[in-house]
Amino acid sequence: MAQHVADQSYEYSHAHGPRTPEQSRAVRRKIGMVTLLLSVITIVEVLVGIYYSKSHVSAGTWTMIKWFYIVLTLVKAGYIVLVFMHLGDERKNLRNTVLLPMLLIVYLIFIALFEGENIIQYVQDLMK
Amino acid sequence: MAQATLDIPAKKLWGGGTSPFGASYGKLMMWFFLLSDAFTFSTLLVSLGYARHVHADSWPLVEKVFHHFPFTHAHLPLLYVGLMTFILIVSSVTMVLAVDAGHSNDKKGVLFWLGLTVVGGLVFLGSQAWEWYTFIVGADGVMKTVVIDGEVKEILVQGANLQYNEYGHTLFANFFFFITGFHGFHVFSGVVINAIVLYQTYQGIYEKRGHYEMVEKAGLYWHFVDLVWVFVFTFFYLL
Repeated sequence: MAQHVADQSYEYSHAHGPRTPEQSRAVRRKIGMVTLLLSVITIVEVLVGIYYSKSHVSAGTWTMIKWFYIVLTLVKAGYIVLVFMHLGDERKNLRNTVLLPMLLIVYLIFIALFEGENIIQYVQDLMK
Repeated sequence: MAQATLDIPAKKLWGGGTSPFGASYGKLMMWFFLLSDAFTFSTLLVSLGYARHVHADSWPLVEKVFHHFPFTHAHLPLLYVGLMTFILIVSSVTMVLAVDAGHSNDKKGVLFWLGLTVVGGLVFLGSQAWEWYTFIVGADGVMKTVVIDGEVKEILVQGANLQYNEYGHTLFANFFFFITGFHGFHVFSGVVINAIVLYQTYQGIYEKRGHYEMVEKAGLYWHFVDLVWVFVFTFFYLL
């Protein structure tokens, strides 16, 4: 007869058991640093958005600002996923299982950039 | 702690009897769900990019649309959305602290930080309701040439609905409603999940179980909601 297997998820959890006060302090310091970083990035983004409006800067500067935003967004996302969601502390198996499929999003952007122009052309030809 | 379990040989790891991912069933499934949700949001944002590119000439400057702030008539572009982002980040931090308290089986700590997270979520939802209201009501309105029942008419368009809006192309308002609405619904369900976990913590269910992994799982979902907002903030409001 199959025996009931008790819930063992506690054993699977990456950070369990009592921690020394020193470890707790280190964890909190890390959380505090990441919070500060995320807040500063958001403030910088908003300030750039206010003072360097698309209507006030040249096309070249705007392209640079756009990339600046995208890089800052990816930095923020990285810190949220790796520190807040603790993916950085998980086993490599789990990390790859979650992160590698994200490459499909890169592929989606690639398709949108390279096939999008054709679709626009196609729709415009239909409108004629 | 964690480091000791990292170097298990692959044969033993996948041979059964142990979790090869070092994560419980529930946590693993939460990660997979979030992965699929990330794909949903990425398709929304990519189609937003496509629509913007096609209708670049009639797409409004976003900071000219969102410059309102509660209790003042001052012209403050992007500041309110920045504040909303900050609220969500802070509620994400309180969630981390709740998960952290759960790791040391600190029931009072979980109750305190998870309670604050629920409050943060509600404040965000309230802010979004105000933003939608301001967006829908609009300001002075503009005259637009529209086609109604095959007739070309000149009408005053004020605020926004799914057919016309005073700001620019129809798709601008449609994407605003759909993307922030879809995200807002995620926040709403996150608040509900967090409230249920808060209640169960209060009842002592997790204390009896011996671990607070449910807080961790709800936390994963909540952080994901924050993560999506970071991208929405950049690709809808900033760019």
